[in-house]
Amino acid sequence: MRSEFDNELNKLTVDLTKMAHLVDSAIENMIDAFKHEDKRLAKEIMTNDRLINDMERTIESRSFNLILRQQPIASDLRKVTSALKIVTDLERIGDQAADIAEIILNMEETQSYKTVEHIPLMAKKTKLMVREAVDAFIKQDLQSVHMVKQMDDEIDALFEEVKTEVIEILKEENDKANACIDFLMIAKYLEKVGDHAVNIGEWIEFNQTGKVNKHRLI
Amino acid sequence: MENKIEAKNLNLWYGEKHALKDVNLNIVKNKITAFIGPSGCGKSTFLKTLNRMQDYVKGVKITGDLTIDNENILDKRVDTTILRKKVGMVFQQPNPFAMSIYDNVAYGPRIHGIKNKKQLDEIVERSLKQAALYDEVADRLYTSALGLSGGQQQRLCIARCLAVEPEVILLDEPTSALDPISTLKIEELLMELKDKYTIAIVTHNMQQATRIADYTAFFLVGEMVEYGATRDLFSMPKDKRTEDYITGRFG
Repeated sequence: MRSEFDNELNKLTVDLTKMAHLVDSAIENMIDAFKHEDKRLAKEIMTNDRLINDMERTIESRSFNLILRQQPIASDLRKVTSALKIVTDLERIGDQAADIAEIILNMEETQSYKTVEHIPLMAKKTKLMVREAVDAFIKQDLQSVHMVKQMDDEIDALFEEVKTEVIEILKEENDKANACIDFLMIAKYLEKVGDHAVNIGEWIEFNQTGKVNKHRLI
Repeated sequence: MENKIEAKNLNLWYGEKHALKDVNLNIVKNKITAFIGPSGCGKSTFLKTLNRMQDYVKGVKITGDLTIDNENILDKRVDTTILRKKVGMVFQQPNPFAMSIYDNVAYGPRIHGIKNKKQLDEIVERSLKQAALYDEVADRLYTSALGLSGGQQQRLCIARCLAVEPEVILLDEPTSALDPISTLKIEELLMELKDKYTIAIVTHNMQQATRIADYTAFFLVGEMVEYGATRDLFSMPKDKRTEDYITGRFG
């Protein structure tokens, strides 16, 4: 029974999974572009962000129409509403990857990836976090959600380290001022990616339990 | 939170058919409780037990306890006329009597001995106002109730029930024969009435239950499978059978 509804719910999950993979690739490509100063790849990330944005609209539209036509309740309602929330955070992660790619595209500084010692570590951890959040979504795994939250604490700490380093570089090397601003922006964007990955985890928790951080929402 | 009605280990047989199996359920005072479940699950059977309507069915056997205000209503010594004054009932098909609107509402009070015209006038007006029908019929109280629309007839049935000053109102799919606007008017009426009355409603309409019921009980094949605050039952049902039913995964 309700085969049309089940088909639509399935399409919603398929679309969201596809979007999650696109976002995961965007982050991975962004780190590669940064590491290898690959401006062509940076441009590609910026262009592909449009695909991620289009998917957001598709998923939103599918969710609204499901609510209109099918009046979902119980687990169906949690699935549709959490999809609406997750799609926003995924799109923002895509934006952050594109914003970092734009900085890389316009960066004059060479060998920049390792200039700030903590940035490569922060980038790696962010990539892992996004991968973990996407996996948590696909498997609906609350353990992974918990790990994502723990990794965010590490990302936040690394951001503070980056800030301290950048301030030191600014004080000692005046000619690196422009690059320092870029580094700080990149680190801030990475930190925001971490926050959005945590949000995704929270909506996975909601889908399973109806609660976010022990607050009952439904 | 006080219980108005308590059912403990309630069993009912229609001959050999075991229609209610060990039902344990409390109906909270001054709240709306909805009974949901597929056809034949026992929800209407349970509802009709609450004012001994089963007495009219041949071969019915009931065991267990059923109390209203801690008084056992299954006891043979209970005066069922008085019980049915206290516990009124509204059915799926509006069933106005073939008489005037006035006489429909006055019928119950007259049976209970009220003869004074002025008193009856007051009761009729008050009941019709409570049922949100007075304004529509004030100028034709002595015309036939059969001339009213379906929604109006159903509100008349509610007024008839209210005229004898019940404490509990039972409704068996009261809006399934009505159009959407009449349905919403009656839902609004029930929401107003629950301040003064305890209401139990059988419904096939999930959205109706989520709109108006404070509590919901899910019945399946004679068993009361799950009971809880409507918000809990419809957002995070505990039993998979409940989830499958309310999401339409089985009928």
